[in-house]
Amino acid sequence: MTVEQPAQPAHTAPPPRALPGGGQSRLHRLVAIVVDKPGVLNRVSSLMRARNFNIDSLAVSRTDRPGLSRMTISLHGDDIAVEQAAKQLYRLIDVLKVQDVTAEPTVEHELALIKLRVTDANRGEVLKVIELARGRVLDVATEAVIAEVSGSEAEVDAFIAIVRGFGVKELVRTGAVVMARGAGSIEEAVKR
Amino acid sequence: MTLTKRDRARRSHMPADGTEHAAAVERAQREMLHEGSSTSSVPTGERGARPRIGADVLCEALLRQGVDVMFSYPGGVILPLYDILGDYPQLRHVLVRHEQGGAHAADGYARATGKVGVCMGTSGPGATNLVTGIGTAMLDSIPMVAITGNVPSALIGKDAFQEIDINGITLPMTKHNYLVRDANELPRVIAEAFHIARSGRPGPVHVDITKDALQQETSAEHPSAEEVVAGLPGFRPTMDGNYKQLKLAAAEIAAAERPVILAGHGILHAGAEAELLAFAEKLNAPVAWTLLGIGALDERHPLAYGFMGMHGWKHVNRAIQSADLLFAIGMRFDDRVTGNVRTYAPYARIVHVDIDPAEIGKNVAVEVPIVGDAKRVLATLTPMVEAVSAEQRAPYLEQLAGWKRESEASSWHGSGAWRDGQLSADYVVERIGELTEHEGIYVGDVGQNQMWLARYAGFRHPNTHLSSGGLGTMGYAVPAAMGAALGVPDREVWAIVGDGGFQMTSQELMTLVQDEIPVKIALFDNKKLGMIRQWQEIIYAGNFHSAHLMGPDYLKLAEAYGIPSMKASTPAAVDEAIRFAQGVKGPALIWFEIAGEQNVFPMMPAGKGLSDLIEEWGTAE
Repeated sequence: MTVEQPAQPAHTAPPPRALPGGGQSRLHRLVAIVVDKPGVLNRVSSLMRARNFNIDSLAVSRTDRPGLSRMTISLHGDDIAVEQAAKQLYRLIDVLKVQDVTAEPTVEHELALIKLRVTDANRGEVLKVIELARGRVLDVATEAVIAEVSGSEAEVDAFIAIVRGFGVKELVRTGAVVMARGAGSIEEAVKR
Repeated sequence: MTLTKRDRARRSHMPADGTEHAAAVERAQREMLHEGSSTSSVPTGERGARPRIGADVLCEALLRQGVDVMFSYPGGVILPLYDILGDYPQLRHVLVRHEQGGAHAADGYARATGKVGVCMGTSGPGATNLVTGIGTAMLDSIPMVAITGNVPSALIGKDAFQEIDINGITLPMTKHNYLVRDANELPRVIAEAFHIARSGRPGPVHVDITKDALQQETSAEHPSAEEVVAGLPGFRPTMDGNYKQLKLAAAEIAAAERPVILAGHGILHAGAEAELLAFAEKLNAPVAWTLLGIGALDERHPLAYGFMGMHGWKHVNRAIQSADLLFAIGMRFDDRVTGNVRTYAPYARIVHVDIDPAEIGKNVAVEVPIVGDAKRVLATLTPMVEAVSAEQRAPYLEQLAGWKRESEASSWHGSGAWRDGQLSADYVVERIGELTEHEGIYVGDVGQNQMWLARYAGFRHPNTHLSSGGLGTMGYAVPAAMGAALGVPDREVWAIVGDGGFQMTSQELMTLVQDEIPVKIALFDNKKLGMIRQWQEIIYAGNFHSAHLMGPDYLKLAEAYGIPSMKASTPAAVDEAIRFAQGVKGPALIWFEIAGEQNVFPMMPAGKGLSDLIEEWGTAE
């Protein structure tokens, strides 16, 4: 057993301690199963704000099980930071299960509605492009049409890029919902 | 009855005229004006003769939880509770002078006894006044249930008199919170609140109850403990450490030559003092503690190394900086403990044990994370580690002992006078410790007094050092001492408070008198905000803006409250003053006039590391 200070000579500074959460930031998808009661969404969003996590999108709905809701939270951060976000979510009494499905094979889907400016002159062209780009026309009016598109975030992005040139009057996106592929089920994994 | 045109016009302003909702709002508005709002027509004391209402359920639930005292202040919407409180003489109600004092008192009670503290206030300002105390409890993981009244449920959201969204306010600073609009939910909610407050990592829970719920007749039954647990599927704290992780920890410990055990508040929460002692003794490893970990180990024990961090002992920080293993348990690597994380314990691998998974990897990256209760983890881990004899560890321990002698010698102002000849604050703290034979409960405020207390009082028992560590709430000491004294009547309770903090909550002096609570107050008066002045001197180039503050004649103040008091301005007067306070049956106040420019050293400036301690400062005279 040595009495000396550890091996490094005094003049070489030891390497700095790594800070948690200094890694590469990327988009993460967290799926949370929460108790379906008033205020839970507020608790989740308040916590994310207070802990300095910036949510890209958040989609909430009921599940097939009475009393349970599901949230899909999309946020940017490195793996450690997002793990910290998940752990903080677990501290909420109403949060039953949190899964980071970023690294798993998933199905991911989002829906967007886009109101595009049209004139009598270009209406036909606009409708054609929407169709070609795998959108759907939901409403046609004299000076505008509403297109619907659904798919992965990238697919929705691509669609918007194609039709943007016609003039976007209004745009709404639901934010992504995801589900892991295969037989596993986060709902079934919730202990009740 | 026919309506005039004017009547019709006015009635049309009511929401959804003629509906049930409108009727409820109307009823609630009448209630708010105290028409027919008396809870019962029978006199108090005849509980059996009147119906059981929500307020009764609340009192029953509190009694079922073992509550014997609560700190509270009445107000409009919580009056239905006060209307029946006289029927429950087992529930001692302490009428504080400000709700913040009530929250701190509940906090002090909880820290001193380990039980859940209870405070209450009315809606609006009563509720917002509790907030600082709830935040203090949150940051220090103190089991507390804070109860507030709220306006009748039909008026919620209408900016009624004294209405504020207190649930929204306490949401980020509680472990959980509730709004109860139906008396039938009260038994479950109160039982859940106590269960959540005390289980796992403790913390405050806020329960907001509408006035109509307090008044509503109900026959709701109280749930069993099992039903409460079953009703909270999202709250299952992990108590036992993962066996694989414990094996890894044992391997780290076996490989370490310079281990340091970092003991935090979690040891006290879990009641793991005996397990910590056995663990440290088996390994012959030194134990350092955080501010809130004080009392985890008797300071006289040879392995008790000292208080760490920003104003910790130099030898302790030095040991951490040269350690090859930190075994951190029940602590959370607060910035006051680590300083700059980049330079923190640069040679050390870290085993981190905490009951809250979110604390692990939050502030520092660790090699071995273990989630679990401190007591259970230590009880399982100790038999798994190889014993290291004092002989094997001797060279390391001798080096540490040398460092300790060195740093204690350099920082001790043994004469009792600081270098300007005025009374030295650390001497006073030391004498209070001595003359109470280290058997008291010592409640610090925030700032220099807090650090002097942590360093010099000499602690021997858990839960005898109370301090607002996380939130750093000035004004904490006097009300918290009040709660501690009621919770633990057989220990002498001392509040160590600066003149700044004292002036924040001194209204509770009257509560001490009215409720005959024997708190001894050591008021450290340097006519400064001492820690502010210290930072300004060292970090802000001596720009002492707002550091000087005036105070009243504290003897006259104490006299006005009817509290025996004495002043001590020289080292020679200190012992007599302390003995005087000890001799008083009820509360007493000692006014210590201390040196105006004495600083707490060593000091780690914010943003710097544990190796960058400032040990003395040039020309403070």
